[in-house]
Amino acid sequence: MQKYANPTRFMKIADAVLPWLTTATVILFVAGLYLTSVAPPDYEQGHTVKIMFIHVPSAWLAMMCYTIIAASSVGSLIWRHPLADVSAKTAVPIGVAFTFLALVTGSLWGKPMWGTYWVWDARLTSVLVLFFLYLGLMALWQAIEDPSRAGRSAAILAIVGFVNVPIIKFSVDWWSTLHQPASVVKMSGPAIHSSILIPLLVMAAAFTCLFFVLHLRAMQNEILRRRVMAMRLLQVERAANVEAGAPAE
Amino acid sequence: MFGLGPHYGFIFASYAIVAFVLAGMIVWIAWDGRTQRRLLAELEAQGVTRRSKRHGSASADPDAVFSGSDK
Repeated sequence: MQKYANPTRFMKIADAVLPWLTTATVILFVAGLYLTSVAPPDYEQGHTVKIMFIHVPSAWLAMMCYTIIAASSVGSLIWRHPLADVSAKTAVPIGVAFTFLALVTGSLWGKPMWGTYWVWDARLTSVLVLFFLYLGLMALWQAIEDPSRAGRSAAILAIVGFVNVPIIKFSVDWWSTLHQPASVVKMSGPAIHSSILIPLLVMAAAFTCLFFVLHLRAMQNEILRRRVMAMRLLQVERAANVEAGAPAE
Repeated sequence: MFGLGPHYGFIFASYAIVAFVLAGMIVWIAWDGRTQRRLLAELEAQGVTRRSKRHGSASADPDAVFSGSDK
């Protein structure tokens, strides 16, 4: 892994991978939206089942993104991997977006199906907690000026907060909730008809590819931002040396 | 409406919000990338070079100025 810890090497690999990943994302979205448009109505929910094709991938991505942040935080704290806190930091705003989308589309699906936009049940509340955890991580990164100190504090919060991810996943099994239980990822196999399952899986793949495109680009941006910061420091250092009469490095 | 039944408003609103938020993320990340590349080019035009570049090849000392991480 240390071989890939080199930011310059990472930039080159990301540049090579991104065009392919972007193309895959576009193709998957075109296919996913077409399959979504022709998917039959659910026997109970009617056409509102179409909200599932964007709600479920958003919710999966919200949890996957937090898992990546927690894994990156472990890498940052234990191995001091130079890209780990770049990965953790840049995944946070993307995770906020997907969690927000999961909450909003869930509410918009809940109103016609449950008769309410919101209930304080275990699944919804634990996802709201995840949203606040993301906001807390964003606030920490903004509040502490020194990036390495900010990274360490954010890593600790991310690892502690990871306990919420299995709670979200199993909340529908552990507690009685209004939210339906797992119907795709379950031991006995998916409980959804293939006419609805296939568009859902294609949309999930499209969302996942989009996440990786956004994350890789955001990581590249963060590496460039840190280079700009370092070069500005060098510029100031040089100017100070010239003023003091010392030879510039 | 559009054969989507009585709850078409909820379906449209969901897709519109997702499209808006994802498009916003894409634009923001692309804009941030452009800004950072422009700032880097401006600094290089002013003669500020990274230590790794001044000391030879980037592979020997990959990112000597990669601050913010405990390398």
